[in-house]
Amino acid sequence: MSLKELNKNIDLKDKDTISSSGMDLSEETRSASFLQQDNQVQFSRSLIDGVEITSTTEALINDPLAREYYGQAFKYLNREYPQDTDGGYFIRVKAGKSVELPVQACLFLKAQGFKQKVHNIIVVEEGAKVYLITGCSASHSANEGFHLGISEFFVHKGAYLNFTMIHSWKEDTSVHPMSIALLDEGASFVSNYVCLKPVKEIIMYPTAVLRGENSRASFNSLILSHPDSLQDIGSRVILKEKNTQAEIVSRAVSLGGKVIARGHLKAENKEVKAHLECRGLILSEMGTIHAIPEMESDYRDVCMSHEAAIGKINKEEIEYLESRGFSRQQAQSIIVRGFMDVNVLALPEILKKEIDDLEDRTLKASF
Amino acid sequence: MLLQINNLSVEVSGKPILKNIHLEIEKGEIAVLFGPNGSGKTTLIKSIMGFSGYEASSGEIIFNGNKLNGLSTEQRVKLGIGLMYQHPPKIRGVKLKQVADFLSSDKDKISAFSNRLSLNQHLNRDINMDFSGGEMKRSELFQILLQNPELLLLDEPESGVDLENIAIMGDVLKDFLHQKGKSALVITHTGYILDYIKAKKGCVMIEGSLWCVGNPKEMFESIRKEGYEKCKECHEPQRVE
Repeated sequence: MSLKELNKNIDLKDKDTISSSGMDLSEETRSASFLQQDNQVQFSRSLIDGVEITSTTEALINDPLAREYYGQAFKYLNREYPQDTDGGYFIRVKAGKSVELPVQACLFLKAQGFKQKVHNIIVVEEGAKVYLITGCSASHSANEGFHLGISEFFVHKGAYLNFTMIHSWKEDTSVHPMSIALLDEGASFVSNYVCLKPVKEIIMYPTAVLRGENSRASFNSLILSHPDSLQDIGSRVILKEKNTQAEIVSRAVSLGGKVIARGHLKAENKEVKAHLECRGLILSEMGTIHAIPEMESDYRDVCMSHEAAIGKINKEEIEYLESRGFSRQQAQSIIVRGFMDVNVLALPEILKKEIDDLEDRTLKASF
Repeated sequence: MLLQINNLSVEVSGKPILKNIHLEIEKGEIAVLFGPNGSGKTTLIKSIMGFSGYEASSGEIIFNGNKLNGLSTEQRVKLGIGLMYQHPPKIRGVKLKQVADFLSSDKDKISAFSNRLSLNQHLNRDINMDFSGGEMKRSELFQILLQNPELLLLDEPESGVDLENIAIMGDVLKDFLHQKGKSALVITHTGYILDYIKAKKGCVMIEGSLWCVGNPKEMFESIRKEGYEKCKECHEPQRVE
């Protein structure tokens, strides 16, 4: 069965929700797809050679390689992780394969009160290159849902992984992702995170470990915080080897919710370069943004910097647009839209337009 | 009469800045406002634009027969007032092209003006972000041309701009203001812009009051030689018409 056929059985509202988390249900603009609803894998198919995609449960039974990788990233950092997961995806991009169209995965909450716990493993082998877009979303019927997503990324020598995650939850969903990315020599990992819809609580602090020389990681996030939401969202990069580079950029807009924007750069070797930038706009008296940028180094020979700025919209910027004839309301919305510029993310062209449109729709509905 | 300011006083953060200002600008007339730093020139422009914090504590501003007091900036702009900023703010993520498209639906016009002002490369950049002084002024002028106001308020158009850019801007401004019915109120310190525009009336603002009125070029020469204190010596604050 194709995703298109499966698509016929999904109710209209759910289809919208799934699409709004970046899933192309036609598969036309994707090279491989995975869809899990609650704990049931609905669909998994790769349309090209060199890309394997399957459920982690199945991979652990049939693929010794999956068993080798399972839990390794957590072990590497001596961290505990929940073992009672059910499903999630295993993606492997074979050595030297450069995948043009993105690979997509969707983790969807459907049943009321369901606790979805998944374990994802992403392996990008030596010299391979791939864009992965993961949408996590909740059906209108999934009241008080819970999502725990464990992700392990292995980016091998000279490989490139551009990972975009879109969260599209409900005001009563609780979400706790746990992610670790391990990068070998010369590898690059880009993580783009977008969360524009209401949510009850998201707590996450993904970590990238630059364990190979000349590897680099960047985390970019766009967060819109609705009233009664708590988003405690950080990114951490451990620069273990020489000549590694890291960048963390976040933009948060609070419409009344609480955002804790954390960032942690840790230099464990010489000659590393890292920058952290956090900007927040508070649009409601009820809103809170708490930026916690941290930098740590045991060496002198490093170059690390950070900048953080929080506040309301600059009055001068509004007046400037008003002096061109925009109404106050229009000026505010253009400025907020500009602040949440999709160019903050390092997206491939094909996803840029999609996410830009998604932002347009969501922001229009929020103001 | 296009703009008529009667007995205008403005307080900023509780401090009186403008005192009993009288000023009239006719249709097609260009008036130049001189004055030392901090004398209230920019406050007058902000007050005409209706920016918050610059409301009239007494007096009135009438534009084309409409009383502006109480109107929003947007409403004033719709009536035909435009402002060219001295220090425009940088707006992250908002592209110059977005504002241009809002100001005019005529793509050919946008392209012609951006060509003339060498701004083609800037259309897709965040407005004023990493623009040089000259680029910022050219972008201001570009937006003004698209906005096409009847009364143009120019706050030190030549400040921070090299002579080459002043010449480009001066020529564009000259063409704009030569159109029938266009009027302007121009603040200048350097006087360079006077070589390009046909200003008939000059006045001097000192400590929030208007003093003196006359031929702008002669006034500028006298200020250059004798300073602003001289203006104060030879006249009482007066009604400028």
